[in-house]
Amino acid sequence: MTDIFALLKGKPEDSDYNKKGVIVQGITGAYGSIHTKQMIAYGTNVIAGVTPGKGGQKFEDTVPIYNSMQEAVDATSAKISIIFVPAKFFLSAAKDALNSGIKLLVAIPEHVPIRDTMEALDLAKQKGAVIIGPNTPGIMIPELIKIGIMPPMPFKAGKIAVLSKSGTLLYEISDALTNAGFGQSITIGIGGDPVNGTRLIDAFEMIKDISDLEGVVIVGEIGGDSEEMLAQRIIDLGFKKPAVAYIAGRAAPKEKRMGHAGAIVMGTYGSAESKVSMFNKANIPVAKRPAEVPVLLAGKMENRLE
Amino acid sequence: MQLLEFQAKELFREYGINLLGSISSTNIEEGRKHAKELGYPFVIKIQVPVGGRGKAGGIQKCQNDDEFELKYPQVMDLEIKGEKARAILLEKMADIKKELYLSIFLNRSKRCYTIIASAEGGVEIESVKSQIIKEIGLGDVSDEVAKEVAKEMGLEGITADGVVDTLKKLSKLTIEKEAELVEINPLAIMQDDTIVALDGKFVTDDNANFRHDELQKYQEKTEIEEQAEKSGFSLVELDGDIAVVGNGAGLVMSTLDMLSDNGGKPACFLDVGGGATTESVYEALTLISKLDRVKGILVNLYGGIVKTTVVAEAFLKAYENNLIDLPVFSRLKGTESEKAKEMLKDSRTNIFDSVEEAINAAVMGTK
Repeated sequence: MTDIFALLKGKPEDSDYNKKGVIVQGITGAYGSIHTKQMIAYGTNVIAGVTPGKGGQKFEDTVPIYNSMQEAVDATSAKISIIFVPAKFFLSAAKDALNSGIKLLVAIPEHVPIRDTMEALDLAKQKGAVIIGPNTPGIMIPELIKIGIMPPMPFKAGKIAVLSKSGTLLYEISDALTNAGFGQSITIGIGGDPVNGTRLIDAFEMIKDISDLEGVVIVGEIGGDSEEMLAQRIIDLGFKKPAVAYIAGRAAPKEKRMGHAGAIVMGTYGSAESKVSMFNKANIPVAKRPAEVPVLLAGKMENRLE
Repeated sequence: MQLLEFQAKELFREYGINLLGSISSTNIEEGRKHAKELGYPFVIKIQVPVGGRGKAGGIQKCQNDDEFELKYPQVMDLEIKGEKARAILLEKMADIKKELYLSIFLNRSKRCYTIIASAEGGVEIESVKSQIIKEIGLGDVSDEVAKEVAKEMGLEGITADGVVDTLKKLSKLTIEKEAELVEINPLAIMQDDTIVALDGKFVTDDNANFRHDELQKYQEKTEIEEQAEKSGFSLVELDGDIAVVGNGAGLVMSTLDMLSDNGGKPACFLDVGGGATTESVYEALTLISKLDRVKGILVNLYGGIVKTTVVAEAFLKAYENNLIDLPVFSRLKGTESEKAKEMLKDSRTNIFDSVEEAINAAVMGTK
């Protein structure tokens, strides 16, 4: 089991407690550089960057750039990296990171071939590392660390965990939660691909034992059966904390990919009905609209107190 | 992308999977020539990228010229689940003993390829009984596993050999072409106990397209979808009259759901991608201006790191260039939204604070 908080925050006795170093792969690219600045502005300790051929330079005059992950890890002992390279170079960047000792890899690129994701996952398994994504907005502990591309405004520190396949819906729903007074203890972007480094069920395992966790919000969408798998897990575990779900894609036609590579209903595999009915079985209400999520969550909490 | 039956069979043939004689055509003149080459009796099969063809009358037996002249145009004119015929496949009639089911598919939650086989095929997978399921990692099927599957299907002799051989070829095809699903349903046992693939379904991983030039000829896209792809958008054409635009697949799907809940009919799903820029929104409006059934545009943007004023600029530019004369119902969330509202005050864009309000207005405004 991955202790995600130990990776993201560390332990109070660590010299870098609450400021764990993050390496950015593809730091000089257009996309990588914008989001590196945003992450630094949020307070994330971006400790190094990697761009082959640009070793020795500095990003924004402060962050040292290395030619390879091995050099960057040797110099910083960082355990976290975030990848911004184009999809076709993802696998080699991921191998580079995992072979250099990275334990938490956040994979931002969209359009990574499934086979490449599966190969990277195999290696991660051998190395005891976790991959978040690909095609994820990232992972964050609001007001502490942001490893990803999410805008800061929707999020506020708190006690609700949000797990989401979609990026913009994560922002939208966190925004609604924040406005309703529900801050977030952690938000994990699963990603919209058919194969996820961290599935909904894995993300749930990461957060379910947080001692002061007050609720879980699951933002799913059509395609695959990871929502069903999670609902079953919640039933099996007898998990009692308030949980609420939202599923996007009820009105989508079958056999069409709706933007995300993974958002496709094949026959009945991946349909919204199947997911909603499993959540109902698990006694998890499913919101009809994003704005309804905090309302349902508040309802769940009230029931619990009675 | 999902290949048509005859395209899947082209790949099956290339990989040495047993098939009946068949030829595809796109008009009756071609079809007549093929009918002569093939010889009666044969089956006329509509080529559409959806299932349920048999029930819809898209598969017809044909014994002679008279039947051919009657049935070919009938099948060609069918529309199944909104899909028109892309081609017609003429295929020799099979004298079969039994129908089996065989597929290799990407099991997403288990994150491995999986064989599904059954001795009772010919029906949709959901109704296939006594499924034999084997997880096979990245898709490689060993002799041993293939033999186990044949045995569990209760097959013997040359039939079992045939299934083992087919399964190994399917595995090679799955790996080499990076498929998400390869399905033979039914896989038929013939009177002489050999086996033949009667149908074929093949879904590729679009993200691996850059490694598969050889599959590009199967790519089927409308002109607008092609343009959208060039701009880095995802666009799915739908049959309603309100174009739905947003940033992020989840958000656009969610908007589509809410619009449908409120009685609106979406004309398209258009995701301009996680970020939004003046250029990308302008480009999206350009694409929509080319869809002729659209009566209004519903825009749902979550600005995030992007300033909403940047989006407002795209609208203003589109009006200035007379790109669109349709009403726009828009919810812009994010930084500088007050300023964006001010910019669009006297324009054709109606801005709303919540997506619910924008949707209601769009439904009312396009009636």
